Amino acid sequence: MIELVRREGGVAYLRINRPEVLNALDAEHFAQIFKALEEVAKDQAVKVVILTGVGRAFCVGADLGELRKYYERGEKINHGDILRERYNKLVLKIRTLEKPVIAAINGVAAGAGIGIALMCDLRVASDQAKFILAFGRVGLVPDSGLTYLLPRLIGHGRVFQWYVDNNELSAAEAQRLGLVDIVYSHEDFEKRVEELAYKIANGPLKAFALLKRAINRFYLGELVEALEYEAFLQEVAGYTEDHYEGVMAFIQKRQPKFKGN
Amino acid sequence: MSQVGAMSSVVDVSKEPPLGIITINRPSALNALSLEVVNKLIEALDDLENDSNIKVAIITGTERAFSVGADIKEMVNLDVAEVYLRGHRRLWERIRRFKKPIIAAVNGYCLGGGFELAMACDIIIASEDAVFGQPEINVAIIPGEGGTQRIPRTVGRLLGMEYVLTGRFISAYEAYRRGLVNKVVPRELTLEYAKRLGRDIAKKSLLALTLAKDAVNSAWETPLSVGLDYERRNFIIALFSEDGREGIRAFIEKREPRYKL
Repeated sequence: MIELVRREGGVAYLRINRPEVLNALDAEHFAQIFKALEEVAKDQAVKVVILTGVGRAFCVGADLGELRKYYERGEKINHGDILRERYNKLVLKIRTLEKPVIAAINGVAAGAGIGIALMCDLRVASDQAKFILAFGRVGLVPDSGLTYLLPRLIGHGRVFQWYVDNNELSAAEAQRLGLVDIVYSHEDFEKRVEELAYKIANGPLKAFALLKRAINRFYLGELVEALEYEAFLQEVAGYTEDHYEGVMAFIQKRQPKFKGN
Repeated sequence: MSQVGAMSSVVDVSKEPPLGIITINRPSALNALSLEVVNKLIEALDDLENDSNIKVAIITGTERAFSVGADIKEMVNLDVAEVYLRGHRRLWERIRRFKKPIIAAVNGYCLGGGFELAMACDIIIASEDAVFGQPEINVAIIPGEGGTQRIPRTVGRLLGMEYVLTGRFISAYEAYRRGLVNKVVPRELTLEYAKRLGRDIAKKSLLALTLAKDAVNSAWETPLSVGLDYERRNFIIALFSEDGREGIRAFIEKREPRYKL
């Protein structure tokens, strides 16, 4: 479930609490996140939002279990529409919420989970956090704005390399590459994140909102188009045999045999 | 500054010479253009045109909407004669014949007849969260006050067709990119910026403004050869007007001009 906890002093926690699937997101959880975001947008008492996960993961993006029944029946899924209805809406909601959103990356961030974290205003990671791009394993393209933000943050060559290798990045590496702004030690991660959130909550909030609008002006128009393009690409990728093979190999816990189509 | 009209009016006129500011004030209906609003807008425009202290008019709405267009609840009960004889067309004809420059200051929703009202003005200033569109097609009608004519003249036939056939919303930034609005500003400053621009324009000769406005409009409405003749005639009138002589003399003598109007 998605927990919305409003603390006194203007800090709200939005916690993805599905540790059994490393906080993967399905339709039901997206609906809950949208509802929670609507509430924090309306609630004047909420000044700062912390987006985080429960357990050893922050968020690993799509819930393959949700899609499993379609794949096992051999049904094709339009991944473009899933992006339009869920991920693209979510990242745009995070960008247009006129309150600072902190991604508190408490553990594993994978797939769209990385995209969601990057769209937040501040990316704070535990030193135990790990970053796995993961899309390559199931023959999909990075989404949730990753094809837009990653080349700008780390350069397109490194994006390609990371996609091909699918290697795990440590918090320190992620910080060096600019994917993460701050790293705190795991022992006092929650405490430090909360201190940071209260510092922001007691700051010049109107000015923060104006800064966010300036940053949005800088790339929101392009981002909207990039997200729509990603949706088209994911639709194409989602219909390939390699995608189907990647998902089946993942479910059957074996190495995929890709054929290139 | 003087307030004209009762506070409860659906259209407020405030005079801050040289500016006359018309506010559509029906926020509970997102400033839908009921026949009452239309009649009051016509009265307000008559008033501002006849007031020699006013050189530039501004039309604006309220916080969440400039206007969402015709009041469809009212319109659905009108018969064809009422719509044809007493309907909105009189407002658009009034604006078309309005001699002074009109600036639309757009916050929030600017849809259907609201968008057409803005496009009938001479300059459009949009807040960054303004939303434009011609959604008539969604209720099986079509734009009736210039949408199908003015949009294609600005953005071209293909994109104009897309807007009119899909009824989709157009963000302020997209509208800016397509030349549908002059400038995008933070919502706190939409009216303020329109006033600044209005005061700058009001420093010019009213006769020259009127002649120039007419000439630009003829660029839209006539073949080039006719428009060029029209421009030449207006140029001659301006050149030999008292204001024209004064303006040129002041420029040569390096002093501020003193215009008659």
